[in-house]
Amino acid sequence: MREKVIYGLGALAILLLARDIYLISGFPPERAQGMIFKIIFFHVPAAMTAMLGSAVALIASILFLATRNFKYDALAVAVTEVGLAFLAANLVTGSIWGRVIWGIWWTWDARLTSALVCWLLYAGYLMLRRAIEEPTQRATFAAVFSIFAFLDVPIVIFSIKWWRTQHPQPVFWGGGSFPRDWSIVMLWNLIALLLLGTVMTLIRLRQEESQRELDSLRRMAHAL
Amino acid sequence: MTAVAAEGVWKFYGDYPALRDIRLRVEAGACLALIGRNGAGKTTLLRTIAGFSKPGKGEVTIFGQSPRESAARRRMGFLGHGIGVYDELSALENLLLFGRLFGLPDPNRSAREWLDRTGLDRVRNGLVREFSRGMRQRLAVARAFLHEPSVLLLDEPFTALDDRAIAVLQGLLREAIAAGKTVVMSTHQLREALELASHVALLNRGQVAFDGIRTPEMVSDPGWVYARYGEA
Amino acid sequence: MAFFRLVLVVALKDLRAELRTKEAVNASFAFALVILLLFSFAFDPSEEQTREISGGLLWIVFAFAGTLVLNRSFARELGNDCLDALISAPVSGAALFLGKAIANFCLVMAVELVSLPVFGIFYNVRWTRQFWQLMLVLVLATWGLTVIGTIFSALTVNIRLREVMLPMLIYPIMVPALMGAMQLTTGLMAGNPIGGDSVAWLRMLVGFDAVFTTVSLILVEIVLVG
Repeated sequence: MREKVIYGLGALAILLLARDIYLISGFPPERAQGMIFKIIFFHVPAAMTAMLGSAVALIASILFLATRNFKYDALAVAVTEVGLAFLAANLVTGSIWGRVIWGIWWTWDARLTSALVCWLLYAGYLMLRRAIEEPTQRATFAAVFSIFAFLDVPIVIFSIKWWRTQHPQPVFWGGGSFPRDWSIVMLWNLIALLLLGTVMTLIRLRQEESQRELDSLRRMAHAL
Repeated sequence: MTAVAAEGVWKFYGDYPALRDIRLRVEAGACLALIGRNGAGKTTLLRTIAGFSKPGKGEVTIFGQSPRESAARRRMGFLGHGIGVYDELSALENLLLFGRLFGLPDPNRSAREWLDRTGLDRVRNGLVREFSRGMRQRLAVARAFLHEPSVLLLDEPFTALDDRAIAVLQGLLREAIAAGKTVVMSTHQLREALELASHVALLNRGQVAFDGIRTPEMVSDPGWVYARYGEA
Repeated sequence: MAFFRLVLVVALKDLRAELRTKEAVNASFAFALVILLLFSFAFDPSEEQTREISGGLLWIVFAFAGTLVLNRSFARELGNDCLDALISAPVSGAALFLGKAIANFCLVMAVELVSLPVFGIFYNVRWTRQFWQLMLVLVLATWGLTVIGTIFSALTVNIRLREVMLPMLIYPIMVPALMGAMQLTTGLMAGNPIGGDSVAWLRMLVGFDAVFTTVSLILVEIVLVG
């Protein structure tokens, strides 16, 4: 049953993406920045998908701590990994954008810097998991860390934005005009990416559950 | 009155059950020797009883309360594999620390008394890192008994003790049992433990394979329980 | 009241144990010294430049040196299984955590307070111009560092490569607090009191401390006992 859901959602995501890409390539190039501006259709929704991922990770972590049910732990790690992937996509698209327009691969503007710090935060979550052998302790400690990470995200975004307000840089990203039908496509692309993210999470969830079963069978084999 | 009770306790490491449906009752004043092979779950069970981790299923109670309650912890003394005292502090400072943590009315007097009973009064101001192994073990015992607990949980207490420390511990345990305290100890040193024990429980692969009164047979032939109820 | 008495007992125990050996504070202070020296060769800043980077430099030094102290926090309970002995005592996880955090705070503050005059001498900077406000910033930011460092020290107590993991986990979370501390310190080193725009940083530091202290106190029991 679950397989059908995964295939179904996956097919839907691909169809939507295909449609969006067709539409987006049909749009006229943006006045000031040209073709590359269209990368925003992936750059922004990727970040939003990642943010949703971190919120789901928070809820999964809290639910794990409350119920001790490992399916929530599996959800937390799956959604965090997928979120990290999308956040990385955000960073990479931002970097490409900057390279094409301004000739630089990176700049410490508010949004990119915040994205990088948040990426490091959740990468720490994965590193912590990898370092703890015992599954119950791993799940518990990771859940606690996930709560800390989530609480830090708004503080990070605010403080970096304030820093850039006090020490402003020339504005690199954003700007450009945004007609209404573009906004609608942006929304559709967001939905497409969300679907993609859901599919990836479900696949990862499956894999995590199999891994857990393998680990416990291995332990039992050792004990016998 | 039941001092220690485990009702349907399961403990999981991930999905692996280290303890399976443990049902155990230890009456007040009893001394239970918990025996079993390495990996059978003795340490896990003791630690779960002591409240170091929560069981996955089931319940542990000490005098009817959860071991995590302060009142229960005040009545419980735990001696694990490590000595549980700080190397950088002196023997007296260590006992004063635990005396204060347990809320004893006169930590100084209790500390001095227990240093005396374990033969450490002369070296009370010495730092633990300078102590010999036997002295460290005796201090660990002092720490466990310091607050006059009603329930003593000991994980392989006789392992790696020197003769003097064994004698001290046996003496203290006999006194405690005579005073009506409850003792649960896991052990490989069957002789020393079985001499003191009133009851014996055998753990095998996380389950209780035998649970009953200690008989004279068991003392004269410590392998008897294993042969009868455990695996060969 | 019993709670605070226990907090004090734990804090004094940690302080006494650390001051007996002074391992962590000595290492921490030596490390701070070395970094200050290296930066001075590496960049050889003029007086003007120094004032601009002073906040950044100082807080990098404090963060790195502080982590050396914080690492030891729960790690020192591992030898001899002292953590078990503490948990089996009728002390709440929150009291244990708070006691340790306070002890750590004192130790890290000590390293910072000794590093400041050294910084002043090597870099030829008068850092005492806004002394009390500087102390305020030090206290707020160091408390944030201490709280995060102490709770994460509990999270990483059992894992291998703890010395490497702890900094990698602490620094991303600390970014807002460190940033605020750096901005405020740079301003104070130049002799300007905190006011106007920079008050936002102060408020952010207080908020950071409040949020993470509360969350740590709530979650520490789960970390210690599971």
